[in-house]
Amino acid sequence: MLAYLSLAAILFSIGMFGVITRRNVIGIMMSLELMFNAVNINFVAFNKFIVTDSLLGQIFSAFIIVVAAAEAVVGLAIVLLLYRNWQGINSDQVNVMKW
Amino acid sequence: MTKYAFLIPLLPLLAFVLIVFFFRWKEKLSSLFAIAMIIISWVMSVMVLLETIARHGAPYEAFYQFINLPKFILEIGILVDPLTAVMLMVVTTVGACVEVYSIGYMHGDPRFSRFFAYLSLFLFSMLGLVVANNFFMIFIFWELVGLTSYLLIGFWFEKKSAADACKKAFITTRVGDLGFLVGLFMMGFYLGTFNYGGVFEKVAAGVVPAGILTLMAIFVFGGAVGKSAQFPLHVWLPDAMEGPTPVSALIHAATMVAAGVYLVARSITLYVGSTEASLVVAVIGIVTSVMAATIALVQNDIKRVLAYSTISQLGYMIMALGLYGYDTSLGHHSAGFYAGTFHLMTHAFFKGLLFLGAGSVIHAVHTNDIQDMGGLLSKTKITAYTFMIASLSISGIFPFSGFWSKDEVIASTGGHPIFMFLTLVVAFMTAFYMWRLCFLTFFGKPRDQHRFEHAHESPKVMTVPLMILAFLSIFAGWVGLPWLSNGFSSFVFHGEAYKTEASWLMMTISTIVAGSGIVVAYLMYYKKVISPERMMERFKPIYTLLYNKYYFDELYQVGVLNPVMAFGRLMWKFDAKVIDGLVNFTGWFTIVWADIQQWFDKWIIDGAVNGSGWLVRQGANVLKFIQSGSMQFYALFILTGIVLFGIFKFELVFISYRWPTLSIIFILSVVLLAGVSRMIQGGYETNENAESEE
Repeated sequence: MLAYLSLAAILFSIGMFGVITRRNVIGIMMSLELMFNAVNINFVAFNKFIVTDSLLGQIFSAFIIVVAAAEAVVGLAIVLLLYRNWQGINSDQVNVMKW
Repeated sequence: MTKYAFLIPLLPLLAFVLIVFFFRWKEKLSSLFAIAMIIISWVMSVMVLLETIARHGAPYEAFYQFINLPKFILEIGILVDPLTAVMLMVVTTVGACVEVYSIGYMHGDPRFSRFFAYLSLFLFSMLGLVVANNFFMIFIFWELVGLTSYLLIGFWFEKKSAADACKKAFITTRVGDLGFLVGLFMMGFYLGTFNYGGVFEKVAAGVVPAGILTLMAIFVFGGAVGKSAQFPLHVWLPDAMEGPTPVSALIHAATMVAAGVYLVARSITLYVGSTEASLVVAVIGIVTSVMAATIALVQNDIKRVLAYSTISQLGYMIMALGLYGYDTSLGHHSAGFYAGTFHLMTHAFFKGLLFLGAGSVIHAVHTNDIQDMGGLLSKTKITAYTFMIASLSISGIFPFSGFWSKDEVIASTGGHPIFMFLTLVVAFMTAFYMWRLCFLTFFGKPRDQHRFEHAHESPKVMTVPLMILAFLSIFAGWVGLPWLSNGFSSFVFHGEAYKTEASWLMMTISTIVAGSGIVVAYLMYYKKVISPERMMERFKPIYTLLYNKYYFDELYQVGVLNPVMAFGRLMWKFDAKVIDGLVNFTGWFTIVWADIQQWFDKWIIDGAVNGSGWLVRQGANVLKFIQSGSMQFYALFILTGIVLFGIFKFELVFISYRWPTLSIIFILSVVLLAGVSRMIQGGYETNENAESEE
C-alpha cells in the first residue's frame, strides 16, 4: 500500500511541478493528467486495501477518467482559442486579468 | 299631533340644510321653501295648541335618555305644556309673517337665500328651545339662538357698525350665559337632573338648601338677563338694530329676547322657592323697564326707540314673574306668572308688528331718523294704520290686546306700591314715546321733502304680514279677558281654575295713564302746544343723560373694556418679551447646537467613515499586486495554502500515515520552492517589458 501511495504521491508531485513551472499550456494540461492519474491510483489503492468489499474507488476512477477526457476537450478548445488570440500557447502571455 | 311636536323645530332645520346645501343659488325656491316649512310648523303648532287645550293643559312629555349614569341622567326630549304650546304658536306665527315680509324687504339683496337659511336656523333653535324638556337642552338651543342672532345682526357685515354690533351682542349675552351655565352646574351638582319635572320636584321637596337655591335661581336668571337684554346687560339690544329689520322684528322683539322671559317662566318654581331671588328678578325687571322707557323718550332712530321699548316691556314681564315668585313664596296670591306670560304673547305680536312697520317705513324713506320723516300717513296708508294699531296696543288702550296683558302686569304689582307707581310711570312713558314716534313719522308736515316725495307704500308681501299681525295685536289679548272663566290665566296653570277678578279701578287708572301719555305726545308733536325744544332746553342735563343712554356704553368702555384691553396689551407685552424671547432663545440655541453637531459630524463621523475607506484603499493598493492574472501563479498560492495547512493540521490527524504525509508535504514543498524560484526569476511576470527582455 505504501508503494502505491508513494507512486501516487510522486506522480502528483511531478504533475504539480509541471503545472506550476511549465510555460506551454499543452504541457500544463499534460501535467494535469498526471495529477488526475495520481488521484486515480490513490482511489484504487484505498479501495483495494481498506474497503475491500466495495468497488466504489474503482468506479470513481473510471468516472474521473471520463470526466478528465471531457475536461481535456474543453481545455484543448481553450488552447485553440488562446492560439488564435495571442498567436501562441505560452501561459505567461495570458494575463488579461492582471490588475 | 302632540306626539309629533318634535317635528316643529326640525322642519325649519330641514329648510336650513336644504337651502344651504342644495338650492342656495335659487333665491325664489329658497325663500318659498323656508316659508312652506314654517307654515307647516305653524299648522302643527296650532294643532298642538288645540290638543293642549283639549287636554286642559295636561303636559305631554317624551324623551330619549341620551346619557344615563347612576347619579345623572341627560335627556333629549320634548315637553308640551300650555306655556310651550303658546310659545310655539307665537314663534311660528311671527316667524311666518317675518319670512313672508322678508321676501319684500330683502328683495335684491345679494345674500337673499342665506338670509332665509339663517332665519330657518334661528327658528329651529328657537322652537327647539321652546319644546325642550330639560335645562341642558334649553341651554344648547339657547346658545344656538345666540349664534343665529350673531349671524343675523351681522348680516350686512360690510358695515362696520353691523359687524361691531353683532360682536357686542354675542359677547354681552355670553356674560349672562356664563351665569346660566354656572346655574346649570349647580343644578347638576345638587339635583343630579336637568329635567324640568325632576328639578322642580326636588326643589319643591326641599332637597337644596335655601341659600344654594337662591344662588342657583339668580345664576339661571343671569342667562335671562343677557338674552332678554335686562339691566345691566341691555346694551347690546339697541345696537343689534344694525341687522335687517325683519331680524329685529323676529329675534330682537318677538322671540329670542322673549326666551329669557320664557326661561324665568319655565323655571318659576325655582323663584317660588326663593324669596330673595324673586326680589332680585322683580327689581331688575322694574329698573330695566324704567331705565329703558326713559331712554326711549328722546331717541331719534325709529328702530332704537322700538328697541328700548322692547327692553322696557321685557322688564315688565320679568318684573311680573319676579313678583309672582315673591308673593307666592310668601304665601300671597299673585297674578304675576299669568300676567308675564300673557304679556309675553301679546307683546310678541304687537312689537313684531311695530318693527315690521318700522321696516316698511324705512323701506319707503330710506332713513332711520324720525326727524327726517313726517306726513307719511298719506303715502303709506297700510303701514301707518297697522303701526298705529300696534301703538295703541302697546300703549294699553281698550280693547287692544296690550290693554289686557298690561293691565294684568299692573294688577300683579298690587301690594307693592313702589312697583305699582313705577309701572304706571312706565306705562305713561310708553304711551308717550310710542305716540311721539307715530306723530313724528306719520303726521305733520314732511320735514324732508325729497324723501317724502320718493316715499311709497311697500309691496303686498310686506303689507299682508302687517295686517295679519295687526289683527293679532287687536284680538290676541282677548283670550285673557278677565271675564272668561277658562281664559288664558287658567290655561297656563295647567287647567286649574285660576282667575283674576276684573278690576274696574285698575283698568280705569291704566287707561287714564296711557291716554294722558298719548295726549301729551299729541300736544307736543302734533299740535305743538308744548314745544319739545323748550322742554329739551329746560331739562338739558336730563336730556343729555337720556340721549346718551345713561352713558352705559361709555361706562362699560371705561370700566370693562379698557381694563380688559389693558390686560390684553399687558399679556401681549409678556408674550412679545418673555415668550418670544424664550422661543427665539430656543431657536438660537438650536442653531448653535446644530453647528456643534455639524462640526462633530464633519470631522469625527465623516473622518471615521472616510478613514476606513482610505484604509481599505491603501490595503488594496498593496494587495493588488497579488492579482497577476497568471493562472499558474494562483495555483502556486493554492499549493502554498495546502502545504501550510498540511503542516499545521494533518500532521496531527493522519498520525498513522505520518511518513507518507510528511513525504507528500515535503515533495509539495519542494515543488513550491521550485515555483517560488521561478516567480522570483520573473517567470510569471510576463508583461510586455518582461517579454521584450526575453
